[in-house]
Amino acid sequence: MATVKVNQLAKDDLFWQIDYKHDRCTLCGKCVASCPFQAIEAKVEKRRKVVSEDITPNPKVYFQTIPVIKQVISEYNFCRGCGICEKVCPNDAIKPVRNSDHRFQAKYRATVADPFKRGGRSNLETDGRTLDKIKVGRISQMTDPSLDAQRHTFDMRAPFGRVLAPNEIPLEVDSCGRLVLKNNLPPVRWIYPIIIGDMSIGALSWRMWEALAIATAYLNEEVGIPIRMCSGEGGVPVRLLKSRFLKYIILQIASGHFGWNRIVNAMPHMVEDPAGVLIKIGQGAKPGDGGLLMAKKVAKHIQEIRGVPKADLLSPPNHQGLYSIEESVQKMFLSFNAAFKFRVPVAIKVAASATSVSVYNNLLRDPYNIVGGFFLDGIDGGTGAAHEISLDHTGHPIVSKLRDCYKAALHQGKQGQIPLWAAGGMGKNWNLAADAFKMICLGANGIFTGKLMLQLAGCVGNDMGKCNACNTGLCPVGICTQNPTLVKRLDIDKVAENIVNYFIAVDHELKKLMAPVGNSSLPVGRSDALISTDKSVAERLDINYAC
Amino acid sequence: MCRIGAIKSKEYVHPSVALRLMRSQQKGHDNSGFAMIMQDLGGVFEGYKGLPILSMACTDEGIKVAEDILHRKGFVRLFQWAPQVFPKPGLKIEPMPNYVFQVYQYPKLYNYAPQEEKEELLVDMRLAIRHELENHDLGYVYSFWPDILTLKEIGDPSDIGEYFNLWEENDYFKAKIITAQCRQNTNYDIVRYAAHPFFLQGYTALANGENTFYEKNKNLQKKLYKGYIGFESDSQCFLYTLHYVHKKLKWPLIYYKHTITPIPFEELSQREDGHILANIRASLAHLEINGPNTIIGVLPDGTLFTCCDSKKLRPVVVGRDENTVVITSEVTGINDILPNRDWQDDIYPGEREMVVINDELEVVRWQQ
Repeated sequence: MATVKVNQLAKDDLFWQIDYKHDRCTLCGKCVASCPFQAIEAKVEKRRKVVSEDITPNPKVYFQTIPVIKQVISEYNFCRGCGICEKVCPNDAIKPVRNSDHRFQAKYRATVADPFKRGGRSNLETDGRTLDKIKVGRISQMTDPSLDAQRHTFDMRAPFGRVLAPNEIPLEVDSCGRLVLKNNLPPVRWIYPIIIGDMSIGALSWRMWEALAIATAYLNEEVGIPIRMCSGEGGVPVRLLKSRFLKYIILQIASGHFGWNRIVNAMPHMVEDPAGVLIKIGQGAKPGDGGLLMAKKVAKHIQEIRGVPKADLLSPPNHQGLYSIEESVQKMFLSFNAAFKFRVPVAIKVAASATSVSVYNNLLRDPYNIVGGFFLDGIDGGTGAAHEISLDHTGHPIVSKLRDCYKAALHQGKQGQIPLWAAGGMGKNWNLAADAFKMICLGANGIFTGKLMLQLAGCVGNDMGKCNACNTGLCPVGICTQNPTLVKRLDIDKVAENIVNYFIAVDHELKKLMAPVGNSSLPVGRSDALISTDKSVAERLDINYAC
Repeated sequence: MCRIGAIKSKEYVHPSVALRLMRSQQKGHDNSGFAMIMQDLGGVFEGYKGLPILSMACTDEGIKVAEDILHRKGFVRLFQWAPQVFPKPGLKIEPMPNYVFQVYQYPKLYNYAPQEEKEELLVDMRLAIRHELENHDLGYVYSFWPDILTLKEIGDPSDIGEYFNLWEENDYFKAKIITAQCRQNTNYDIVRYAAHPFFLQGYTALANGENTFYEKNKNLQKKLYKGYIGFESDSQCFLYTLHYVHKKLKWPLIYYKHTITPIPFEELSQREDGHILANIRASLAHLEINGPNTIIGVLPDGTLFTCCDSKKLRPVVVGRDENTVVITSEVTGINDILPNRDWQDDIYPGEREMVVINDELEVVRWQQ
């Protein structure tokens, strides 16, 4: 009996197996050249061939050595199932096939003694989304007619900034019977109820980031959709900081403070205020964990923008020197409000958590009135490259948490005073408008979205483990890599066009939801418009159960 | 769809006029009830202008409960009047045993109390009475306020008129302002409290249509003032917002319309007062209405006004002669009671318009 090296990694252990059809392959080499993971290679195989050349059967056996494409069996260069080989093959000769019997993560840990890392997001729960169990069930009929989504005008704006209670606004009545303001108020910007979420330049390739910025500017200036984009923690190109387009960008600061030396230096040269400042405390993907940009992604331009040497860039899991909500309010909000002379709203982003309501309650009671928004990021969010254990096993779903926070505000009679923005799996079923509308009815002022933008750009990953290689710096489509060859695969204009088109469609679709419920302005907190066919969802979210 | 109506006159008007105003609009209601609020009272109440009048419909025990509560606090009953009723077989009406209209003297302790304190006292008393009546199912208390009288009944408006002999004009039951509606809020349970008009601290509001932002309105209002209770009808929200903006925040009336139907953001940016309006819109986003509605309101000083939803999906018309102004859903009603007016002077307010009638019956109109 032959010996078998049972402990060695085998093809059977891998997530993905390459299905190669030798008879269709022309050996053009495109697949090998395009695989960023070096998960396939050109090799030779010894083949036995039986040939009969006579009129009557006269089989002869030949042995040949022939060139083939072979899968690499390695803990490092393994196939991620991205399917780029299949995309470039002119002959349908090669494709990755999912291996449902894999045991790769166990093998990996057993070999490397290091946590398994990957990109992408929750691969554990891909169906049964809460939002898909909710329908817009309250349709206007005879007493309040539905509107015409095509012809009616809709007033879709969401606040970003600290809203004061009416009796706190310093108003007085002048001699003409008009209200006048006696003092300045915290700034409030009225923007589109969907924000392009914070993905840093660095995590994203410069081309991807630029495409987002172009799409944002185009949507604002040409389409009339006042959408904002958040920079992510990683700085902003100085040229953009000094341009008039800065007004569409929300600058983010997180625990690493990356890029802020450049931002601060650019302040005297800014011709426009930024749209806002977002202080990131936590994120939906890998909550409680800091960000990490591996040294191999810290290319020269990233070093320049962030003001760092080529090294692993770690955002600590917490903001150094902060140990209470009150302190964060005093130190961070005040300093960032002051930095832009109280003209720019400053908001906070936290990971959805069992503690979110307590934090929100505290912020609502903040006597300084300078918290301009509460951004909640749920477990399905993030484009995260992280330890798998964080991605799969930490976090909190967003829907019930958003609802809890809204109800906490309602309980205090302060709804809307610190606008609620929610994210985490928005548009996961490809329909951002439906998710946005439902979240708004549940109490959100708006939502933010990240991963969907990458998918619009051509990300080939999915939540079933396809690709998920954001952590490698080898993104096969040039979205989250700084490798110049890979980045050039991304067509900036096409990406921007896709995103613009998608939002034009979203805008129509939002109206198609607002019209039947008879509303021309956003139905924030109008949960009576929703029904759920799932009793537990209905009960948990306090909406009507329908069956 | 409800039809609503309001009459304001220089002379005292009998409720029969309100019944006539509403009857020709009958196709728009379902004969499920009749409700009215009379303000600036004449007839038997004319001599008691400054004193609060308790309006109730209740059982015998209900009267006792209410009187006990008021007496304990030090209120003294000065006068009471009950409409004579004329029961007849076949009348479609579900009458309560008693209809109580009692005039009270304030407790002595409040002789020198500031007006505001007295006003809060009246609300507290009404809420206490309502609480007790509700707990023991003894009836309904609608208003407890000077110079205000409320009647709400379930049944066919014509039959209700017959039952109370409201069709026949007389001199003892009159007012200069009457607001009325001829139906119950039939979307939900038939509850007397759910019938328009609604009243709080001198403010009256009635509306038609559907308040699609009811949930938002209600959730915020519940926290704003103790008197914002009930919500048996989504239209109560219109009253509470009016009360909150005008009485609590002390903003001029023009800001009521800005609160409930704010100007679109695009237009705000082009207005001189845009920043004020934007702040109001942000701060009171939960008091916005976004359904099809016409609202008629009366202020404590007798000012009458009307405005519409921002989409102008509900009708309203204002007609007048030298002595009377009528605001109602359909012009047929006005034709009935003011047949000789100049109909060319009728006003059909637009979606951004507010029409206000002051005490001299002068009409003030403005675009939001």
